[in-house]
Amino acid sequence: MISKRQSFVWLTPFLVLILLFFLVPLLYMFITSFQNSGDFTVQHYQTIVTNSYILQGFKNSITLSIVSAVIALIITLFGVYAMMNFSEPLREKILLLTNLTSNFSGIPLAFAFIVLLGNSGVFTLLFDKWNIGTLSSFSLYSWGGLLLIYIYFQLPLALMLLYPIYDGIQHQWKEAAALLGASTWQFWTKIGIPVMLPGIVGTFSVLFANAMGAYASAYALTSSNYNLVAIRIGSLIKGDIFAQPELASAIAVLLAVTMVTAMLLSEWSIAKTRRKL
Amino acid sequence: MKKRSFADLFFLLFVVYIVLPVVATMLYAFAGKWNKTILPEGWTLKWLATLFQDTAFIQAFGRSVLLSGGAVIIALLAIVPAIFVIVLYFPKYEKWIQAAVVMVYSFPGVILAVGLIRVYSQFGVPMIVVVLGAYVIGILPYIYQGTRNSLRNVDARQLLDAAQLLGASKMQAFRKVLLPTVYPGLFAGALLSFSVLFGEFVLINLVVGSRFETVQIYLMKKLSTSGHIASAVVFIYIVLMGILTFIIAKLTKQAKGATNV
Repeated sequence: MISKRQSFVWLTPFLVLILLFFLVPLLYMFITSFQNSGDFTVQHYQTIVTNSYILQGFKNSITLSIVSAVIALIITLFGVYAMMNFSEPLREKILLLTNLTSNFSGIPLAFAFIVLLGNSGVFTLLFDKWNIGTLSSFSLYSWGGLLLIYIYFQLPLALMLLYPIYDGIQHQWKEAAALLGASTWQFWTKIGIPVMLPGIVGTFSVLFANAMGAYASAYALTSSNYNLVAIRIGSLIKGDIFAQPELASAIAVLLAVTMVTAMLLSEWSIAKTRRKL
Repeated sequence: MKKRSFADLFFLLFVVYIVLPVVATMLYAFAGKWNKTILPEGWTLKWLATLFQDTAFIQAFGRSVLLSGGAVIIALLAIVPAIFVIVLYFPKYEKWIQAAVVMVYSFPGVILAVGLIRVYSQFGVPMIVVVLGAYVIGILPYIYQGTRNSLRNVDARQLLDAAQLLGASKMQAFRKVLLPTVYPGLFAGALLSFSVLFGEFVLINLVVGSRFETVQIYLMKKLSTSGHIASAVVFIYIVLMGILTFIIAKLTKQAKGATNV
């Protein structure tokens, strides 16, 4: 056994660190969002709901996050399904590759897409040369380009979250269902998907939150031009125009609220489907 | 059979999509002229050579290693003992650590940056120290997971008690018995943390800015000036991440093997 005093000594540095560099800043940010030179006010929140530019940033971020999460989820759902038939060593290699690319995000990722699809990117020039009209008018520095990048960094995360969920589908269940006369289609629609559904919903909410908070890729690609919530917050505190920390705090609080709401909604729908099962 | 090949197609799409940008950037780092063809017209080591002769890059690399490595070492010294104490002696409080892990993991850097600037810009604390502190807490999820994974299958309490019963002091029992068992998992967690921090851009850019130029900030600057140099930087970055990922995978396997005995 160790004494109270000893354990206190071992715990203190950790507690101090988490207070100083996590809890206090977040709490202070929350308080700041209700302040105007020291006085209590909801003025910053009023500014946000009446400012069409900031609202558009929220709208853009939410659409981008939902669309990228859905596309990544669909690709990965089928991809992992195919993967489950591979041999164990091959699957391990794929997981290793996925792990590696999950580190490939932010600035390096934005740059990789510039190499491929930027103004003088490899594919851009090829499309021009082959005269593929619709493709050569594609601009990486727009919503479509951001979507491609967001899908990229969602894919490895989606795979790592969905893989264990697929792994949970026991082979014996398939055999039992087949013995009882169910087709593969029936097995997946009646048993497989319903069992996995809570996991899929949970994965979606993690992907959504992941995209909502992403900043570096969009910043590298469009500097501060494309209107996303994270970019708005960044430019408000960095003083690209002029620093407005109180407004930035209020936007940050609303961003956090959006993400927490998504998490709670997924928890709620998971609980609901569990009850049905 | 038909549905099988349909799913395989998605798998192929997945792999091509995640591999293509990596490969293209790596090729670009060695490409001489690459304008109108699928593959470059010539190969060169010029860009890598230029990069290694640039003292700004070498310094940026040093700063990144120092900052990320420093944060990992502080985390190992300050966070790991706390996780040990809680898991071993106060298991009922472990859910608090788990809650902290979830919160740290899900709060994006851009939100935390607002709070950090608000609190610390008024005290005159060097902002780089603030980022270092935020990094130490930021890697809590990976450190916790690494420690926890290796503690899961050993009954650490019994192991320690047995060692002490056999006459080892508490410190000896901890260092000679427990630490070797959890070492591979812990080391994997530390390396993973390092690679995550090495790629961090949001906090360092927003809170400190270009006053402390890390590899990521250096890369951001090169993005608009020289594509070839930027791709050389990304090449180095990918190679480093590749090596780290490989070692982490080996260690994780080792950790699983050790705890299955």
